[in-house]
Amino acid sequence: MIDPERSFMEMNPRSQRLDLGHRFVVVGALCLAFLAPASLSAQQSKPWEQIPIPRLHDFNPQQPKRIELKNGIVVFLQEDHELPFISGSVTIPGGSREEVDAAKTGLVELYGEAWRTSGTEKMDGDAMDDFLEARAAHIESPADVDSTAISWDSLKGDADQVFALAMDLLFHPKFSQEKLELAQQQIATGIVRRNDDEAEIAGREAAKLVYGANSPYTRQPELATIGAVTLADLQAWHDRTLKGKLIVGISGDFDPVAMEAKVRAAFEGLPPVEPAPPRHDVFAGPKPGIYFIDKEDVNQSNVEIVGLGTDRRNPDVPALAVMNEILGGGFGSRLFQKVRTELGLAYAVSGGFGMEYDHPATFRAEVLTKSPSTVDATKAAMAEIAGLNTRPFTEEELKRAKDDILNSFLFRYDTKDKVLDERERLEFYGYPADYLETYRAGLEKVTLADLTAVAKKYIHPDALAILVVGNGPEIKPGLDELKMGPVQPVDITIPRPGQPAGAAGGAQN
Amino acid sequence: MQSRAFSWVWKGFPALMLAAMSLAAAQGQDLKSFEQRITTKVLPNGLTLIVCERPEAPVFSYTTFIDAGDVNDPSGESGLAHMFEHLAFKGTSQIGTTDYAAEKVALEKVEAANDAYEAEYLKPVGRDEKKLAQLHQAFVDAQAEAHKYVIPNQFTEVAEANGANGLNAETELDETQYFWSMPENRLELWAWLESGRLSDAVPREFYKERDVVIEERRMRTDSNPIGRLVEQFLSTAYVAHNYGRSGIGWPSEVGQINATEAMAFHRKYYVGGDIVVTVVGDVKASQAMPMLERYFRKVPSGPKPEEMTTVEPQQFAEKTVTIREQTQPFYIEGYHRPSYRDPDDAVYDAIQDIMSNGRVSRMYRSLVEQQQIAAEAEGFSPFPGDKYPSLFAFYAVPLPGHTPAQMREAIHKEIDKLKTADVTDAELQMYKTRTRADLLRGLADNQGLANALAEYQTRYGDWRELFLQLDRVDKVTKADIRRVANQVFVESNRTSAEIDTEAPAAAAKKDGGAQ
Repeated sequence: MIDPERSFMEMNPRSQRLDLGHRFVVVGALCLAFLAPASLSAQQSKPWEQIPIPRLHDFNPQQPKRIELKNGIVVFLQEDHELPFISGSVTIPGGSREEVDAAKTGLVELYGEAWRTSGTEKMDGDAMDDFLEARAAHIESPADVDSTAISWDSLKGDADQVFALAMDLLFHPKFSQEKLELAQQQIATGIVRRNDDEAEIAGREAAKLVYGANSPYTRQPELATIGAVTLADLQAWHDRTLKGKLIVGISGDFDPVAMEAKVRAAFEGLPPVEPAPPRHDVFAGPKPGIYFIDKEDVNQSNVEIVGLGTDRRNPDVPALAVMNEILGGGFGSRLFQKVRTELGLAYAVSGGFGMEYDHPATFRAEVLTKSPSTVDATKAAMAEIAGLNTRPFTEEELKRAKDDILNSFLFRYDTKDKVLDERERLEFYGYPADYLETYRAGLEKVTLADLTAVAKKYIHPDALAILVVGNGPEIKPGLDELKMGPVQPVDITIPRPGQPAGAAGGAQN
Repeated sequence: MQSRAFSWVWKGFPALMLAAMSLAAAQGQDLKSFEQRITTKVLPNGLTLIVCERPEAPVFSYTTFIDAGDVNDPSGESGLAHMFEHLAFKGTSQIGTTDYAAEKVALEKVEAANDAYEAEYLKPVGRDEKKLAQLHQAFVDAQAEAHKYVIPNQFTEVAEANGANGLNAETELDETQYFWSMPENRLELWAWLESGRLSDAVPREFYKERDVVIEERRMRTDSNPIGRLVEQFLSTAYVAHNYGRSGIGWPSEVGQINATEAMAFHRKYYVGGDIVVTVVGDVKASQAMPMLERYFRKVPSGPKPEEMTTVEPQQFAEKTVTIREQTQPFYIEGYHRPSYRDPDDAVYDAIQDIMSNGRVSRMYRSLVEQQQIAAEAEGFSPFPGDKYPSLFAFYAVPLPGHTPAQMREAIHKEIDKLKTADVTDAELQMYKTRTRADLLRGLADNQGLANALAEYQTRYGDWRELFLQLDRVDKVTKADIRRVANQVFVESNRTSAEIDTEAPAAAAKKDGGAQ
């Protein structure tokens, strides 16, 4: 689901520039966090350990008020009077993975684009833009793999009007042919450009290796499939998904009694929600081997080592999270220490066993290295992955990984918006409201034996696939040196309309 | 399910409650409330400490803002500021080492070995390859010797084990920023770590880290079509000023930077007068300030380095760059504009807002919605920095079947409208409203606030300017916009760059990697 996006614009108007690559940072790809060098014992003194760490100030994060309407719709109200703003969202179950017609892949993305830009009978999308922007307010209609949403935010003084508009858009959209075509053009631009950037190619194709090219999680829109989507399709999608269990979340500077009345008035009259049908996805994982995509205009290879991950209902998740921390969670992780710090072979290196809320994520390790060191860097990363089963975890690694996760744990709920987002997420996926506490308790209990057990259970180097996107002639020694069988080229040619969808997708054996 | 949705009638709050609420709301948002919550202290070494109390949760965020970036790299050493930033994560004489006294000697040997190797390597004539190989081996051996004393990544490990969140740094052309967030009970530990690396940097594992930085260049610039284009665009737009130089460094230069140069950069620029440190969160200034002072007074006091004398000369002829490659087409152009200190700074912001902000912006409405030739089209400024005279740039991403030439023509039509007719009252008001609201929105975020306070303190000598700038925003007139547009958006002041798509090279070339 979409985290109700409250990511505030940078406050400094002067620094709202396009990221055209002029700022350089010490860590690029997201690095979670932490672990263990070989020998600490030799160090004589550790002055930082003399610094007192007082007891943390008491903190009881304010929970939003949860209201379950008779029809099953759930409302969260999170008061926050620090600033005169009110923001909210209505999350609607069902996203791109629920698309039923492969010949119309991209329907939900088009829906998300065209919903807001089309507007309503009372106010079309362009008029809505004028109205909102004059008030520094926003209404958006984001779409994701498992949900869509209407979200809004405004100054408190405009909140009534903006809420009314958002509800009008939620309940009475009037999809416009013109805006559908605009959205089709936008997405077509993305399609024809999708092979320009090697990182984009690597991420996309690695996911396809794990889930399969035609999986609901990875199938990609093509020019033909987005061209096949009609206004009637958007309306039908809308009518279908709005019957689901909506989750309303509102935060900001409001009076709770008045806000509750207002939300009840908007949603209480809806019929009982229809439960989402269970999904029956099959997750086989990748076909092991070495896959290659040639790109002549790069001097660096993107190496993706992938397999199937897990979901958060798995009781092994706390131990896996600690293992991830040790493998690829930051400056101290085994991957970072070896591939970046010790070998100097990469700037971006990370990895871990992924976890999603309601379906298996991917296991993914990534190394970006200059073409000639592709094989060395891949071997080094694979050795660290395999090493989870052969290089015993140490007490020191365990302690640091846990310290790292647990001491930064409160950043999961240090703002009222984060607490609200978390509660909405748990509600959406049907997790208990105290999930974070349970998870934390689980993390605290992880032992060395647990780590060894999860590594044995989940880390199978033979079941992993390796995808390299890079400049073939520059990759010397060649990928055959990895001794993983024949190098299998992946065709990423973008099909022209008229060709069947996915005809050129996926791996060719 | 539909009609009932609007059956509610909004009755409004009782008046009393409304009054109470607006008072509460006003608490966090104006200059006066910030003046009550902010304590500023300039230490004897010139370093400025700012503490902003925001006890919403038991955490704090900090920003260390160094008024030096890659624009300050000496000639021949592009990428140096960024290289030093990476070094700042390697620890100090007290952390990251098993025996600093011995390590120091070993590091000096590494430096001598590198000098000897480079002297031979750079010989224009008569290079002795056999000797070069020996010198390289000696350099590698010296590094291995020094490495014996290293506890890799200990500095960051201690930070992360103590809950550091969002730990990172950024080197821009104008400045270098270090930042993270932590639980509030680690404030003193943080002060020890941060003041340590500012005052006691060690060139540890420098040459491995240089390889890492070159990989960063490959990722951001060499292997990224927009990265390649922007580097060419800027190096064409500037003839004299360092804004035209690759920020991450030209490969031959960043590949030869040595630790001695990095440490010299540190000595020159990491002095008190060049540094602002801001802490925002659950911190009591009355208690924290004496402790912070104790740590941060260790930072060397040296004079603030001399200002740069180079001023980009006026451009008198249009310049263009065309990159022909397999990538899809793209167009960007830029016009020289003054620095942030120019009285018209807010006018440029207004132009950016009106041209580019959201679906009501002129470029979106014209190029994306009406003409349907672009997927994205925006103007933005200042680029690539703001401390020195910079560029006002426009770019557009063509829809399939459309060309950079069409983007250029359409952008120029929009620019002409700015020059020949006033913007509307509604557009101007929208800019002012949005600027104010965006400023307010940012005030509820510790890290964003820490960055902004540090930046305004550095750039204006007073963090209050974060709020006071709104006066300048309010004063922008329609005539200002027209005047500035006519002054700046002229042909002779323009540099453009585009990607023209060319067919893939012959299939014959591609077989290596798959062998």
